[in-house]
Amino acid sequence: MKELIEFISNNLQIVYIIILAIFVGIEVIKSIPAVLHTPLMSGANALSGVVIVGAILVMLHSNPTDYLALGLGFTAVVLGILNVVGGFAVTNRMLEMFKKKK
Amino acid sequence: MSIILSIIYLIATVTFIVGLKKLGHPDSAKSGNLTAAAGMGLAIVGTIFIHDLQVPTIIYVLIGIAILLGAIIGWFIAIKVEMTKMPELVSLFNGFGGASAALIGIVEFGNSDIKTTSATIVATILSAIVIGAITFSGSLMAWGKLNGSVKSIIKIPQYNIINNLVIIAIVVLAAFVVVENIDSQILLYSLLFAGLVYGVLFVMPIGGADMPVVISLLNSLTGIAAAITGILYDNMVMLVGGILVGSAGIILTVAMCKAMNRTLLSVIFGSFTASAGPEGTNKALGSIKSTTASDTAIIMNYATNVIIVPGYGLAVAQAQHVAHELEELLVAKGVNVKYAIHPVAGRMPGHMNVLLAESNVDYSMLVEMEDINPQFNNADVVLVVGANDVVNPAAHNDPSSPIYGMPILDVENAKHVVVNKRSMKAGYAGIENELFYNAKTSMLFGDAKSVLADLVSEIKNM
Repeated sequence: MKELIEFISNNLQIVYIIILAIFVGIEVIKSIPAVLHTPLMSGANALSGVVIVGAILVMLHSNPTDYLALGLGFTAVVLGILNVVGGFAVTNRMLEMFKKKK
Repeated sequence: MSIILSIIYLIATVTFIVGLKKLGHPDSAKSGNLTAAAGMGLAIVGTIFIHDLQVPTIIYVLIGIAILLGAIIGWFIAIKVEMTKMPELVSLFNGFGGASAALIGIVEFGNSDIKTTSATIVATILSAIVIGAITFSGSLMAWGKLNGSVKSIIKIPQYNIINNLVIIAIVVLAAFVVVENIDSQILLYSLLFAGLVYGVLFVMPIGGADMPVVISLLNSLTGIAAAITGILYDNMVMLVGGILVGSAGIILTVAMCKAMNRTLLSVIFGSFTASAGPEGTNKALGSIKSTTASDTAIIMNYATNVIIVPGYGLAVAQAQHVAHELEELLVAKGVNVKYAIHPVAGRMPGHMNVLLAESNVDYSMLVEMEDINPQFNNADVVLVVGANDVVNPAAHNDPSSPIYGMPILDVENAKHVVVNKRSMKAGYAGIENELFYNAKTSMLFGDAKSVLADLVSEIKNM
């Protein structure tokens, strides 16, 4: 418990950011027409691939002889970028279909 | 961290927010997606190149290979997959994100000297691993269920006890590692394993119409996992991006639950499936009347207003193109045709819109539930294609029904209702639909695609 309070007081900015980001997320999504639920879910899914940044950091920090960390980092980068590229591409494909036809 | 990278992350974060916002409006959705994608690209490139670490070239090469590999595979899957397979694809990609977070957590656990690391950081690492593992195995399970390789609803004896034991095991194990600062690989992998098991257990009893809710929830969890890893690296773009997805995902999940008149808890604990009685308990609902494609073609041909209600069956049969053909044909004959879109019709909210848009149906012909319901009074023919629970009047008039209170399409107000189904089997909810026994209703049995094709050829010959 003491640790937690210490963490909060040391990282007050982060706590503020988290709380504000939660509200931004809620406000941004509010009252979205049902038409867009699937593309939105898919787009948000692509965004969650931001975890790739962490995977890249793992690789940058790992020692070239530490094969385990490197291997895990490599896999994490592949999976993360799959999530990002696949997610955005598929969202784009869905939205392409909504283009006004003449 | 260099100021340039901080600014790049700031820009990326703003593109995420703007992108999500734009995704919520039909006109700007596409540019919103591209905006967010550009921001993501910027963040990735910045992370690789802007730092003050001494990084051997081999690492850069490996990162390059990993990115190229993942990007090509991801792009290929995204371009190739059929639109009807969308929900399972989102689920699969989501699982990959979760796995990535779990792997990062494992590496960081190995890298940090747990004995001296603050308990909060250890707790953060462990939560990344556990949440990542849950979303990974849960998403794969959902993926398997949606593409049919896993049986839809699996009931195992003592499910609740096992489920609770796994949760308790996770909490106790994690607390033990955190409080005692134990640097044990065995405990770490047990925790990872427990997370994986819980993900499977979590999705196992959920099925059918509840799947989209689960996918949305898992998507939200992946966001949270990304945010947690962001805390680990003190990385703002991960933190804010992850939280955004987390909170937006929860709101979307709740919106979906609302559309089905379910609470999130009842979805998770699967009371829907539990309360559904045994199939085939036909309690004197009357008799059903079946019809033929040519009879249906006649009444549709001479109708003034026709409303098509597409549902899950249409998606499964991939009948969206032939539905559009039928609609064009009727419009050419002077019939006023509309599609009634129930918010949860199909396999995902908005899925019907995507499918019908794919087959070039005019956007203005898709009418949402609130707007179409008053119009059923004027409809001469309603053609229900593979929808069941979303048109079940029990939602209005049977308080004992599990779907009681769910908003439905009031198709029974139309003059004629033609229901296309493959058989008399009950829908997802496993409940009888008295609409089928209504005097106004005729049943048109068969696969949605072939039935619609028959209708098209019959009308062409008139």
